[in-house]
Amino acid sequence: MSGPDQDQSKTASLLRTALHAVHVAAGARMVPFAGYDMPVQYADGIIAEHTWTRTNAGLFDVSHMGQARLVGPDHASVAAAIEALVPAEITGLAPGRQRYSQLTNDDGGIIDDLMIARPADPAHDGQLLLVVNAARKEVDFAHIAERLPGGIELVREDERALIALQGPRTEAILSAHVPGIADMSFMQSVEAPFGGIACRLSRSGYTGEYGFEISVEEGHAEQVWAGLSGDQWVRPVGLGARDTLRLEASLCLYGSDIDETTSPVEAGLEWSIGKRRREEGGFPGAGRIQRELAVRPSRRRVGIRPQGKAPARAGTVIADMQGNEIGVVTSGGFGPTVGAPIAMGYVMREHALPGTRIALLVRGRELAAEVVDLPFVRPRFHRAN
Amino acid sequence: MLRFTKDHEWVRLEGTEVTVGITDYAQSQLGDVVYVELPEIGRAVTAGGEAAVVESVKAASEVYAPVAGEVTAVNDALAENPGTVNEDAEGTGWFVKIKVADVAEVEKLMDEAAYKAFVEAEG
Repeated sequence: MSGPDQDQSKTASLLRTALHAVHVAAGARMVPFAGYDMPVQYADGIIAEHTWTRTNAGLFDVSHMGQARLVGPDHASVAAAIEALVPAEITGLAPGRQRYSQLTNDDGGIIDDLMIARPADPAHDGQLLLVVNAARKEVDFAHIAERLPGGIELVREDERALIALQGPRTEAILSAHVPGIADMSFMQSVEAPFGGIACRLSRSGYTGEYGFEISVEEGHAEQVWAGLSGDQWVRPVGLGARDTLRLEASLCLYGSDIDETTSPVEAGLEWSIGKRRREEGGFPGAGRIQRELAVRPSRRRVGIRPQGKAPARAGTVIADMQGNEIGVVTSGGFGPTVGAPIAMGYVMREHALPGTRIALLVRGRELAAEVVDLPFVRPRFHRAN
Repeated sequence: MLRFTKDHEWVRLEGTEVTVGITDYAQSQLGDVVYVELPEIGRAVTAGGEAAVVESVKAASEVYAPVAGEVTAVNDALAENPGTVNEDAEGTGWFVKIKVADVAEVEKLMDEAAYKAFVEAEG
């Protein structure tokens, strides 16, 4: 049997999160991911962890992600600085609100996708909290720092851990530790103590479930993790189920579904581009992005349902019914909640309508498939705006 | 008696036919199996050549034929229940049966003790 490539020589140089020892003690299988030694699954396995998250509450260590603060004299200044790099509306972001956006390049491609939050506390106004992808944080932070105007500073927060609690039971579980969070709306961000430990909490996640993400100083990460994992409805969940959960929710994975060649419009992320920004531009690659908003892009990210049971993985060529190549799968596998193989990919615009029949070229054979609406599993969070 | 390959397949010889599957260690490394692609009956396979494909949630892996021969049967039950590979890898989770070209080749594969030592050294 062919196995995954395992380069043991690299394991020694891998970074560890503050919760590494906790994962090892819990029996996690550790794998290299974005330079970190991370849990891909625990003893229960990916499907059980996935289902547990959809049913109860999954606990994820996502401390490998990059956290930083943009610090300036006032909100208008820091918002203008980041708006020069992303197409989202940040100037009008209210205190305690978080927004999803993308760092774009001059060609309108995506350097990374990220979360941007404005602190709720007036004492912290003039700051923006950023969370970027682990594999891109060096690129992102260098990119941002090089382009900041005077008086605005990027402060890396490498000493902070990030813990996600996701699933229908999370609100009740977290309320026991942080009173008042039940009132939080989707994409709201607050600073609040967790059992006396200062934390930043946001109502967000990467699973399509109700959930929270908790940023805490590394030295307190084990306490927060232990406080949450003590609940009978909480189980740890590894990166394997994180990937199947986000794929079912049709959330993009950087490096697979979006990269420096794909634009936010091609990726179907135009909902994250502010109305004023669409009109005014003023972000890298605005020319291409505004043109694609006006005349539609030549290719689009779509959902794909293979008809049989065989999964189609990233890189699978997509053909039309005449056998012409029309696109490529960018994420694909088995959806445990769907109970069948699912995929996302890019196809030429004329093939992007749900219901379009396509063929997937898997191991030299054509698998029948269909373009479908996204997401595969309807997210259970509600949009506040 | 079971024999084993370095690619984590097992074989059981009965007469001139072997039953082939992946080892319990292999299934534990793969995690949840969600799809198995089996060859056509009558197909000729070479030692170390592809005989089947096993897909876990995370990735697809090839299953190699431990010895040369001709496929005489496939485990069709895996189409409906690929999870059988996780539950009983070295029993009802078998993949294919092969009529072997040279029975002596089977004897050259690792016995259980040697395979156990191989897995411990590899892990």
